[in-house]
Amino acid sequence: MKRLAKWRLLPLFAILALVLSGCRGENFVSALRPAGEVADMQFGLMKLSTYVMIGVILVVMIIFVIIFFRFRRRDDKDETIPKQVEGSHTLEIIWTAIPILLLLILAVPTVSATFRLADVSPMDKKNSDALVINVRSHLYWWDFEYPDQKLVTSQELVVPTNERVYFNLKSLDVKHSFWIPAAGGKLDTNTDNINKFWLEFDDKRSNEAGNLFYGKCAELCGPSHALMDFKVKAISRDKFDAWVTAMQDIKEPQKAQSDLAVQGQDIFNKSCIGCHAVTPENKMPETARMAPNLTNFGDRARIAGILDHNKEKLKQWISNPETYKPGNEMTGKYGELSDQELDAVAEYLMGLKVQE
Amino acid sequence: MSTIAQKKGFGGTIWDFLTTVDHKKIAILYLIAGGFFFVVGGLEAVFIRVQLAVPNNDFVSAGAFNQIITMHGTTMIFLAAMPLLFAFMNAVMPLQIGARDVAFPFVNALGFWLFFFGGIFLNLSWFLGGAPDAGWTSYASLAIHSKGHGVDFYVLGLQIAGLGTLIGGINFLVTIINMRAPGMTYMRMPLFTWSTFVASAMILFAFPPLTVGLTLMMFDRLFGANFFEVAMGGNTVIWEHLFWIFGHPEVYILILPAFGIFSEIFAIFSRKRLFGYSSMVFATVLIGFLGFMVWAHHMFTTGLGPVANAIFAVATMAIGVPTGIKIFNWLFTMWGGSVKFTTPMYYAFGFIPSFVCGGVTGIMVATAAADYQYHDTYFVVAHFHYVIVGGVVLAILAATHLWWPKMFGTMLNETLGKITFWFFFIGFHLTFFIQHFLGLWGMPRRVFTYLPGQGFDFSNLISSVGAAFMSIGVLVLLYNIIMTSVKNVKVGNDPWGDGRTLEWSIPSPPPFYNFKQLPLVRGLDAFWLEKMAGKKGMTPAEPLGDIHMPNASFIPFMISLGLFIAAFGAMYHKNHAWGLPVIILGLLVTFGSMFLRSVKDDHGFHIHKEDLVEDNEKGAKA
Repeated sequence: MKRLAKWRLLPLFAILALVLSGCRGENFVSALRPAGEVADMQFGLMKLSTYVMIGVILVVMIIFVIIFFRFRRRDDKDETIPKQVEGSHTLEIIWTAIPILLLLILAVPTVSATFRLADVSPMDKKNSDALVINVRSHLYWWDFEYPDQKLVTSQELVVPTNERVYFNLKSLDVKHSFWIPAAGGKLDTNTDNINKFWLEFDDKRSNEAGNLFYGKCAELCGPSHALMDFKVKAISRDKFDAWVTAMQDIKEPQKAQSDLAVQGQDIFNKSCIGCHAVTPENKMPETARMAPNLTNFGDRARIAGILDHNKEKLKQWISNPETYKPGNEMTGKYGELSDQELDAVAEYLMGLKVQE
Repeated sequence: MSTIAQKKGFGGTIWDFLTTVDHKKIAILYLIAGGFFFVVGGLEAVFIRVQLAVPNNDFVSAGAFNQIITMHGTTMIFLAAMPLLFAFMNAVMPLQIGARDVAFPFVNALGFWLFFFGGIFLNLSWFLGGAPDAGWTSYASLAIHSKGHGVDFYVLGLQIAGLGTLIGGINFLVTIINMRAPGMTYMRMPLFTWSTFVASAMILFAFPPLTVGLTLMMFDRLFGANFFEVAMGGNTVIWEHLFWIFGHPEVYILILPAFGIFSEIFAIFSRKRLFGYSSMVFATVLIGFLGFMVWAHHMFTTGLGPVANAIFAVATMAIGVPTGIKIFNWLFTMWGGSVKFTTPMYYAFGFIPSFVCGGVTGIMVATAAADYQYHDTYFVVAHFHYVIVGGVVLAILAATHLWWPKMFGTMLNETLGKITFWFFFIGFHLTFFIQHFLGLWGMPRRVFTYLPGQGFDFSNLISSVGAAFMSIGVLVLLYNIIMTSVKNVKVGNDPWGDGRTLEWSIPSPPPFYNFKQLPLVRGLDAFWLEKMAGKKGMTPAEPLGDIHMPNASFIPFMISLGLFIAAFGAMYHKNHAWGLPVIILGLLVTFGSMFLRSVKDDHGFHIHKEDLVEDNEKGAKA
């Protein structure tokens, strides 16, 4: 039995070693690789609570192991009756008081951080130059509106680094939850009200993560909940301003370049434009934005948030979105396209770029 | 009816169980039905882990996966864990307080049949167009949006099953308040009885909010109301509150009886009285009370604001204190004792580190600001499986081995029991430990698949391998149960040799009237005290006399069946003309049966003194 006990500890040490050696997940998606002020604050709380809790576990385990070795009944015939102890006031006071102290150590920073994370006062200030983004979640896609910049984009959030970005969150169908793990915790997009919070992206760590973070839906919202990913492009303020200008410059749908793309644009204008906008201005009310805005589709990192960004995948997606995102709202909204038509539409969409 | 030795055919046995009002037989019914649903929920878990073993898997479709996770959660909580605990409460609690039955035997049977028909109704959804798919929490916007009848099965099935649980809880409360044997004061009650008492009180207060929520949703989905329809002025966050005002106490309703079971086991197999009994009782009551004050910690990311989040965070942390008291009291019960490692003790011993892990991650998720990261990720999945599997399920398995001889008169095989333990225990940690990290690495919960390249692949595979181990453990247990039942080696009153409480002072299984003469209780661990005083059994508190017993009745079955029928009518009345007549028919069956029960005088029967003496002699011979 003694040997068995030692053997049981081995995997524990193995896992511990794995963790300590920096197994902290991927830096574009892991909450253990914080990439901004909010995630840092939360990571700090995680570490603090983990240390306290490991302490508690150690105390329990030491007593536990001693009991295992010292107080086992070694002989089944053993008839001795141990002393019947009623309890001990001293001990009970100790293990009531110490946990209360430990919890206080944890509670104070928790409360403080909770209030700091909820501070969205710059949003409401007049003439504030804080960047505000309205996030609207739909069944399996995300709409991002920049009200001050008067532009809308979808699926790929673009944010400047090293400053606080403020979000208004709301859902337009069922409840979702807006989560960029590397940048900070999530907040639900309710159907009833607007939730507000802020995030910050650190420039250096964004660069290390390739300036592209993964965003996720964290609330069960139907069959394709797992596929409701979005991407976050975190770039320096200069680049962000350039992007905003480039977007704002597009007043009319971009003209297709090649013959194939022109044909694609015609098909798009017949079959797709009823739901998908290709200009960034936000004239339509948010409820009328039925599908992702595709103004800068060619610049994005993924198709539909999940598929590799290439023409082949795009054709597959358009020909049968149901295979890739079950239960989506796009399936069946347009007629079947021939392979040639798909090719044309894909060519057109891949050419929708606002930046070189 | 005066002797129990009547020979019955198979049909007779079935009829006996359909009409029984005996708490011991109802316990067996709960055990069988709960065990069945436990296996069903376990199979669903296996499907989940197969689907998630590798990225981009297509073992089940996205829609089917959501049905499976919904039914896994709903089944395990409402149809497996609760009924299995109810099985032990029914089997043991009346014996522990020295009662001949629960306060309302008829209502006890009714509670079981309501649960049973509710559970069957819920699971029939698999064969009737698809199961509920909005998660076990069934958040309103998604539940209203969900097409088909899945969520209807959820709201109707849970209303019926919940009614059963509620009246079961009330019954236990009344029983413990009124039916204790002479000398069994509150502060002499065994801890399992105490935890049954507190859990029942929690059921009394926790289930009505759930019923309110379910009823509102039923009206929304089936009768054109708009309580949760935002466009019509409804509000979906209200559902979250109603659900969690029930949902959080619910997890304490599950864990407190588990604590009770382990308290018994630590005392029995350490041959020591429970360390700090009164503080254990106090902690149990305190956990029960605080359990109602913390529901919004499930809603930290709903946007309730920093004030609510901070208050609920601190309140939640406070629960750690009484729970910690319990852990240390258990440890010090063993300290200085003579600890025998039987199968139940394996589970109890394994429970300590497992539950401590679940408890500390509970404190971690209580830190609101950090919970914004944990919430709705695999970290939370890991956390609640550590408390529910590491606490409740280990307790149920331990109790199965501990009280099997008391319920069936024969011992489960100890070697097989330990094999089950090792498979289950190792499998459990293998499955869920790594999930903490999956969540922190960015994997949301309730995802039917995940894309490769995010660092989730290998850990998910490990987790799935763990699930296979747990399955093997359960299979060994089933084999053990079958082999034990076939061999059927009879055991005496106190098969573990160190029984402390009243249930061990009477035969295994007990006669249908439990105690020939009600025992006189002289202190905590009543039977242990008598043994230490050199006596073989309890001192009777009354002379031998006639015993009044209730008659069996088929009416509980019929009342429940009526609601089962009416539920089908309610579900289909929008699409089919026969819906409304079926609702009426079902309600007629229910209310007709209740009417019959009201007008029929059923005084029960008496077991005469002479027959009891006769039984005694027979017992001596055997």
